[in-house]
Amino acid sequence: MFLQQIANALALSAVYSLFAIGFTLIFGVLEVITLAHGAVFMMGAFAGLIAVTKFNAGLASTLLVSMIVSGLAGYLIDLIAVGPLRKRKFHHLAPMIATIGCATIITSTYQGIFGAEAYRFPFDFVPSTSYDIVGIQLTLLQLIIIGISLFLMVVLIFFLNKTRWGKAVRAVAENPRTAALLGIPVEQVFRLTMSISSAFGGAAGVLTGLNFNTIHTFMGGPILHRGIAVIILGGMGDIRGAMAGGLILGFSEILSVAYISSDFRDAISFGLLFLILLVRPSGIFGKVIERKG
Amino acid sequence: MPELITSFWQTYNTLFYTVFVHGMLALSIYITLSCGQLSLGNAAFMGIGAYTAALLTMKAGAPFGISLIAGGFLPAVVALIIGIPTLRLSGVYLAMATLGFGEVVRVVILNMEITGGSLGLNGVPLKTELWHLILVMGILIYFFIKLRNSRFGRILEAINEDEVAASVMGIRATYYKVWAFAIGAFIAGVAGGLNAHFTFFISPREYGFEPAVDILTFAVLGGTRTLWGPLAGSTILTILPELFRFLGPYRLALNGIILVLVVLYLPNGIVNRDTFTNLKRFFKKEENA
Repeated sequence: MFLQQIANALALSAVYSLFAIGFTLIFGVLEVITLAHGAVFMMGAFAGLIAVTKFNAGLASTLLVSMIVSGLAGYLIDLIAVGPLRKRKFHHLAPMIATIGCATIITSTYQGIFGAEAYRFPFDFVPSTSYDIVGIQLTLLQLIIIGISLFLMVVLIFFLNKTRWGKAVRAVAENPRTAALLGIPVEQVFRLTMSISSAFGGAAGVLTGLNFNTIHTFMGGPILHRGIAVIILGGMGDIRGAMAGGLILGFSEILSVAYISSDFRDAISFGLLFLILLVRPSGIFGKVIERKG
Repeated sequence: MPELITSFWQTYNTLFYTVFVHGMLALSIYITLSCGQLSLGNAAFMGIGAYTAALLTMKAGAPFGISLIAGGFLPAVVALIIGIPTLRLSGVYLAMATLGFGEVVRVVILNMEITGGSLGLNGVPLKTELWHLILVMGILIYFFIKLRNSRFGRILEAINEDEVAASVMGIRATYYKVWAFAIGAFIAGVAGGLNAHFTFFISPREYGFEPAVDILTFAVLGGTRTLWGPLAGSTILTILPELFRFLGPYRLALNGIILVLVVLYLPNGIVNRDTFTNLKRFFKKEENA
């Protein structure tokens, strides 16, 4: 029973980490909390759903389609709403409010198109076989979710540490002004970061849709709350932190549902968030955001 | 003619009442915005106030005034509890914490016996009258006018302009931010209590994220530099949706579009400090011409 919960918790944590890693990267580089990340996640899930049901896409192409759609959405959000605010000096809350606007536009448009009902992937999209790994029964689906999430995270870390563009992203995260003086195209780096992070959000959307086998237009809200808790837990802007935070939240949710009650599952992320703000607001690895005077 | 007026009133009095309630909610977020903090929990505070007040009148038979005040105090206390750890940090933390908090309130209301769970509370006595709304709004406007030139008001403005500089000047920024947040929660709670007593029915669905965005849109559209901004914004956005009913489910997207456009092109909102001077200048020119 307990070991089974570990399998569930691992799959859930993987998706939380994947969602939060993009969320935290955007904050680390753009210094913006994009509250549209949940809506982008939902877009990814629906893009995957359409790829599967209308075009009979396989798993890899489904994932690719949803990442492209979400990445594009992230690009557009930056182009239309967030980017223009960088050029003018505005109130520090302005970009966040702009992303709330974007989230509302996306969510209500999707609600207009798809309504409030829940959609499902075809029954046999992922065969329901399961494997026994060190005593834990893992379904193929759970293995796929964990595998894809880990793979994407490793690719991202490799990209940031080893490639030219990745290094540019880290330089901009450190200091956009200095990066610009060194000849790094800062605007493009910002836009690239938004696109990559949103693509990761979209991948998390598809994997969540597969994990619970439901996709609906309201799915962006709950994951956004969890993403916020995860990135504060791990430390804002810290990629390792987002991964660790995702694990902590995933395990807390699964274990409390299994052993306490399922009624308050949606409140656990807030409980953790409140606790961490009380005890260690900088999170596990990170630093507190301070406004520069 | 009088018949026309009565039928008009019967059709639109709820809308008219709602204009007042939305005005109060806009003011409740305005006070936190005026010290540079974004609260996305005011819909949840409204919900706590609505349930508290409604349950007190329904189950305990408390007088309306007592219910309303209790409906303001409970959210204010909750705001103090959330605000103290959160407001030590920069502005974005409050937004993030209050976003999750709204979810918690919804979950708690859903799972409580006394609140009727997802079915909501039915049969809240209709006690709110027009003069109650006018009275409360009058008190609020008086409070905010007085606030502007008071020590507290100026401190909030200083924190908004530059929190670091204000702290260096010896202002205990966290302390005042927490009070502003709690006062906002109090106002939202009272507005919720008033609202519950004329809508007859309340359910947890009314106090989630979407109404929180509505409240934010009121203040952002109107402008957060004077108290008239949020009031103008809420009035426009309460009456306007009636005209946009044909948009159906896409109506909510309008809020989003307004938020993005106003932040980009009208960062001071439609009513700001220059509005009155501009108006005066405009009319003077007319006279001269």
